Amino acid sequence: MNVRPLLSRLIRPALAAVLAGTAAVGHADLLNVSYDPTRELYKAVNAEFSADWKAKSGKGTRIQTSHGGSGKQARSVIDGLEADVVTLALAYDIDSIAERAKLLPTNWQQRLPNNSSPYTSTIVFLVRKGNPKNIKDWDDLIKPGIAVITPNPKTSGGARWNYLAAWGYALRKYGNDPAKAEAFVAKLFKNVPVLDTGARGSTTTFVQRGLGDVLIAWENEAFLSVEELGPDKFDIVAPPLSILAEPPVALVDVNVDKHGTRKEAEAYLQYLYTPAAQKLIARNFYRPYRPENADPADLARFPKIELFKLNDVFGSWAKVQATHFADGGVLDRILAK
Amino acid sequence: MSATATLPARRPTKRAIPGLGPTLGFSLFYLGLIVLIPLAGVFFKASGLGVSGIWHVITSERVLAALRLSFGAALIAALINVVFGSIVAWVFVRYDFVGKRLFDAFIDLPFALPTAVAGIALTALYSPNGWIGSLVEPLGIKIAYTPLGVIVAMTFIGLPFIVRTVEPVLREVDRDLEEAAATLGAWRWQTVVRVIAPAVFPSVVTGFALAFARAVGEYGSVIFIAGNFPLVSEIAPLLIIIKLEEFDYQGATAVAATMLVISFVLLLIVNLLQAWVRKRS
Amino acid sequence: MSQIENTAPADPAPIPFEPLKQTNSVVTEATWVRWLLIAIGVAFLSLFLMLPLLSVFVEALRKGFGPFFDAFSDSDTIAAIKLTLLAAAIAVPLNLVFGLCAAWAITKFEFRGKQLLITLIDLPFSVSPVVAGLIYVLIFGAQGWAQPWFGDHVGKVLFAVPGIVLATIFVTFPFIARELIPLMQEQGTEDEQAALSLGATGWQTFTRVTLPNIKWGLLYGVLLCNARAMGEFGAVSVVSGHIRGLTNTMPLHIEILYNEYEFVAAFAVASLLAMLAMVTLAAKSFLEWRYADQLAASRRH
Repeated sequence: MNVRPLLSRLIRPALAAVLAGTAAVGHADLLNVSYDPTRELYKAVNAEFSADWKAKSGKGTRIQTSHGGSGKQARSVIDGLEADVVTLALAYDIDSIAERAKLLPTNWQQRLPNNSSPYTSTIVFLVRKGNPKNIKDWDDLIKPGIAVITPNPKTSGGARWNYLAAWGYALRKYGNDPAKAEAFVAKLFKNVPVLDTGARGSTTTFVQRGLGDVLIAWENEAFLSVEELGPDKFDIVAPPLSILAEPPVALVDVNVDKHGTRKEAEAYLQYLYTPAAQKLIARNFYRPYRPENADPADLARFPKIELFKLNDVFGSWAKVQATHFADGGVLDRILAK
Repeated sequence: MSATATLPARRPTKRAIPGLGPTLGFSLFYLGLIVLIPLAGVFFKASGLGVSGIWHVITSERVLAALRLSFGAALIAALINVVFGSIVAWVFVRYDFVGKRLFDAFIDLPFALPTAVAGIALTALYSPNGWIGSLVEPLGIKIAYTPLGVIVAMTFIGLPFIVRTVEPVLREVDRDLEEAAATLGAWRWQTVVRVIAPAVFPSVVTGFALAFARAVGEYGSVIFIAGNFPLVSEIAPLLIIIKLEEFDYQGATAVAATMLVISFVLLLIVNLLQAWVRKRS
Repeated sequence: MSQIENTAPADPAPIPFEPLKQTNSVVTEATWVRWLLIAIGVAFLSLFLMLPLLSVFVEALRKGFGPFFDAFSDSDTIAAIKLTLLAAAIAVPLNLVFGLCAAWAITKFEFRGKQLLITLIDLPFSVSPVVAGLIYVLIFGAQGWAQPWFGDHVGKVLFAVPGIVLATIFVTFPFIARELIPLMQEQGTEDEQAALSLGATGWQTFTRVTLPNIKWGLLYGVLLCNARAMGEFGAVSVVSGHIRGLTNTMPLHIEILYNEYEFVAAFAVASLLAMLAMVTLAAKSFLEWRYADQLAASRRH
């Protein structure tokens, strides 16, 4: 039993690999920490940006991406995941990074055009082919016997937009009466049979498990599921009124200075506003900031919806978070009913 | 102590066998480094809330419901595993049938399969349009997205613990004793209850404790199949995640610490019980 | 578990019980009971074990073998496989050394607080993977206690390979010790004492007497530990950072593929993980069969 040489033979390469792995993380050219549904978008954008940047600067860049629930990703950055740029589902998550970890200034949203949102989206319904339950508007979601699929707003950024879209509709319907709006949203959540932890989880529940009559989803997510999982199985229904979802992007100052990647990171975020990227954005089912740069055929796919802004109806994300999503907030009250 | 009385040579003595110092020393060092110090962090963080703060967190209706579900479902799942896992172990040891080796080789797979994959596979099977879900749906039974689904997932991940702790012990049960019991006029079931059951009992208890402990904390496979509704199908680990999403690290660690303490006490009771049983026989 | 043998007369003559089982009805059950038990066991295993596994393979092969094998040529997948093997290659030997030390100390000696120690060793089983990840965030996170010093002097732990390895060690911590303790408890200390009285050193006693006695339990513990190390999802998910090609292990990569609607690839990687486990188990079965005599001898011991 000659153990020692064997052990050292096993351990040495392992240690070497650990150190190499650590080093590799440190020297990754750019790390984009993003939320779940942007995988396809950034796959496309990263490839084009790398080529563009190489042509301009002569240097190659490698862009690493990390995807996950928006809140979880924000927490990872706060806890030390060294993102050069963050591209998350809602401004509140980036605000948290700015406030809790001080990795970027709190006025980050003013640094890029359109509140730092190179693309926007909205919330729509995905229904079974032919719309057998005849779902047209938010009112149809609270009817008895309709099963609604949405993720848990506590754990999913997309679900917060879903919730706020329904809430905004109800406020308009009941003349800004918050009590009635709460009753409306509570009724809607009564129709929800399962709360997945993330948007993709909900899509899977609706599409793969065949559960529910309607999925409340990001517009881009709804289009993508139809494209990926069967145009013959689902229809997209656009409610007449929905929310303007603005997923923001930001540079993480402390991290880029540490990595010496400020130039590349800035160029990367700027690139998102260029005609080439705007075109890709529309192709990937996000609504581009500058529609004139997108392919008209891509634009034609977006349904006409009246979109209200979060700030107009709710004030700010900080307010929304405190009243609705915090521990003991309105959402907890609704779900406990 | 009767064992040491009849077989004095078995009494472990410090003088005869070397190595207590280094082995115990290293064990404690490693245990402290890997387990105790990190876990102490949980208690330290939670202690920032103060006793009343922690009490407030863990006695809220929602946390209580989640703890009840996690511990209750884990208990039921572990009991299911005790019954069926013991039968499986018995069948493996005592009988021969086609495919036995195949089944035997698969027993440990719940360890190897990532919990998320297990969750997805189980949900696919037990959801209303799945292979099994569609069979029981006409009977009015819903498994996926209910507490039943939680039990199913926990049963899956806990199975190897029971089978693998009972199987080797059962293999060692002396056939002579069964013979003897039979010649003394015992019915077969009497032999099973009076001779075999006491012999395997400690291992069943160990298996139960491990399966239970593992199921209590399970997250990956359960969230897919649970439904995740507050007060109904929301497990305690999900509540920890939700508290983290709210940046409520102290609340999260308070729930975590509570789970830890309960699990620790249960495991300690089981281990003491076992030591007592071993000494008594 | 040893009490039966202890109270039995020393060294009972080996009775060939295979034939007995067939002929003597007093030590086995009526045929219908046997078949009933087999049926219950098989039905239970099928429902809770085989069907979920079968569905993994069915999904993986849904589009045939071409796409199935394509899944493994992706560079991110290969990186994930490598990282998983690396984490297991570090975690398993460390826990092996610990398992041997702890089992030796616990089973060969009497000391106060032994049950407490055993319970503490069990504890990682009961710690939710979520909490297992969280503890490393609390310690090594940017706001963590150890990070200011650690970050300057050692390097990144969280969201890098060391964090993944640590989390893997934590969740697989008890496996080998847990497998060895009951076995060594039952074997007692006579053999070691005999060797020592014949003049063997402690180390010789361990390698020549104890190790051969426990090798099957040890092998088994290593296999389980390894399987769990490769399959761990929850804890690793918290500390990984999910960077493609860098900090994704196989289980995390499976989740990513699944979320990208790459169902075939996701289940293909999952089935690879299942097969890795099966290979180790097949190896175990083979060794058991190959050394059946030795095994029986050591068990009768």
